Amino acid sequence: MQYLVSVIDDKSNPGSTDRQPAISAFNERLIAEGYWVFAGGLADTDAATVIDNRGEQAVVSDGPFVESKEYLAGVWVWEVPDLDVALKLAAEASKVCDRKIEVRPFQ
Amino acid sequence: MSDVEEAITRAHHDEWARVVAALTRRFGDLDIAEEAAAEAFTTAVERWRADGLPPNPGAWLTTTANRKAIDRIRRENKRDDKHKEAQMLHDNTPPEPLGAIDDDRLRLIFTCCHPALAVEARVALTLRMVGGLTVPEIARAFLVQGSTMEQRITRAKAKIKAARIPYRMPSADDLPARVSGVLAVLFLVFNEGYLASGPDTDPVRHDLTTEAIRLTRLIRALLPQDGEVAGLLALMLLTEARRPARVSAGGELVALDEQDRGAWDAALIAEGHRLVRERLAAAAAGVAPGRYQILAAINAVHTSARDMRDTDWSQVLALYDQLVRLDRSPIIALNRAIAVAELDGPEVALAIVDRLAEALAGYHAYHATRADLLRRLGQSQQSRAAYDRAIELAGNTGETAYLTRRRDQLQ
Repeated sequence: MQYLVSVIDDKSNPGSTDRQPAISAFNERLIAEGYWVFAGGLADTDAATVIDNRGEQAVVSDGPFVESKEYLAGVWVWEVPDLDVALKLAAEASKVCDRKIEVRPFQ
Repeated sequence: MSDVEEAITRAHHDEWARVVAALTRRFGDLDIAEEAAAEAFTTAVERWRADGLPPNPGAWLTTTANRKAIDRIRRENKRDDKHKEAQMLHDNTPPEPLGAIDDDRLRLIFTCCHPALAVEARVALTLRMVGGLTVPEIARAFLVQGSTMEQRITRAKAKIKAARIPYRMPSADDLPARVSGVLAVLFLVFNEGYLASGPDTDPVRHDLTTEAIRLTRLIRALLPQDGEVAGLLALMLLTEARRPARVSAGGELVALDEQDRGAWDAALIAEGHRLVRERLAAAAAGVAPGRYQILAAINAVHTSARDMRDTDWSQVLALYDQLVRLDRSPIIALNRAIAVAELDGPEVALAIVDRLAEALAGYHAYHATRADLLRRLGQSQQSRAAYDRAIELAGNTGETAYLTRRRDQLQ
């Protein structure tokens, strides 16, 4: 079972910026235990571009699809047996990243 | 009630959770388990009335429900996936040993009370899947439309499936937190029964308190070593014991100091006291008690006293002091202040209560407590204002009647 694990940051109250070594160590563990599928930190939402080509021609707009105080700062994809395992790892991830984590199953 | 009707009711109480739990394990699907169990009970009503009781009603229900589940899977798989069907039919997993900690019903309870579900969903799902209440019954209990409740339960089952919430015992290090989640759900059901909300509702919903006690007894049987389970059961029993004296003939809530203690249920009190003594012995042996055990002990002090004055208030206060260290909730601080009033007088208590103003401004009991303390201090005008606010906020019909009388008795 695969889960998308999103790291949520808060613009008005951001998590600490010195987490990279801890995150790397956590990733090593995820790989060693066979849970790791993918991981990536994201650039600032200012760097996002939205494209909508459902109409006559593509409309390109600057910025994320929704402006909010909280935003997606990075993602993992984990392969784990069930939600309990995912939540347990996510609880650790939240500490490691010093940020909130959302766990969402793939279909 | 005829013997057959009685047997059906008893079987429903005793076997519903077992049947749903066993089917969920076998078929890995709460929907199938719930529907097949319901069909089996419907069939039982028809067949037992016509043919008399089977020698072993529990086994009869499990077998019938299994057959109903397989019928449904066959119907759904008719078009495709013959292979899967064959696999299902030949599932030879041995049944779980009865009475062991790994009872299927525990898995069912832990799944229904999973922290990833919203609290209202946990309550609804537990009453439906473990308690066997019908959706309209649960909807009535929580004063929502049947369709709303149906949707709540359907959505919870869909999340369990989509997010793959597992059907198994939590790991040993998760167990205390998960048990406390289950107890919170049961306490919520009990409290909604004990202080029912809604303008057209009876002050006490006996059906909900009884169901909460029944389910807590079940958890107690399944987890006999857990101190907090014993504590919550004792707390419920000692509270329920006072129910006969708690509402007047006119439907007004009767406060502890005015209750006819002779009307309390002596058997429930004896059982509650036994559990509290068991936990006191454990505490003496060095096992730190949790909040339900302390609350039960407080209720044991109250139910041991002949009247308000005979109550060992210093013991009550010592227990609240212990509780405050575990639970910083302002509601606990408010209840502690009531004990302070009995020991050190209403003035000291009022100073404590006033400090909770910000946290509890929207809580009826805060204003009711203040109103009573102000009344005892002879400050009628302020007391009246506090009663007014409490009456505005109180959701329980019996409590509103009680507060109104007390307000109108002010000089």
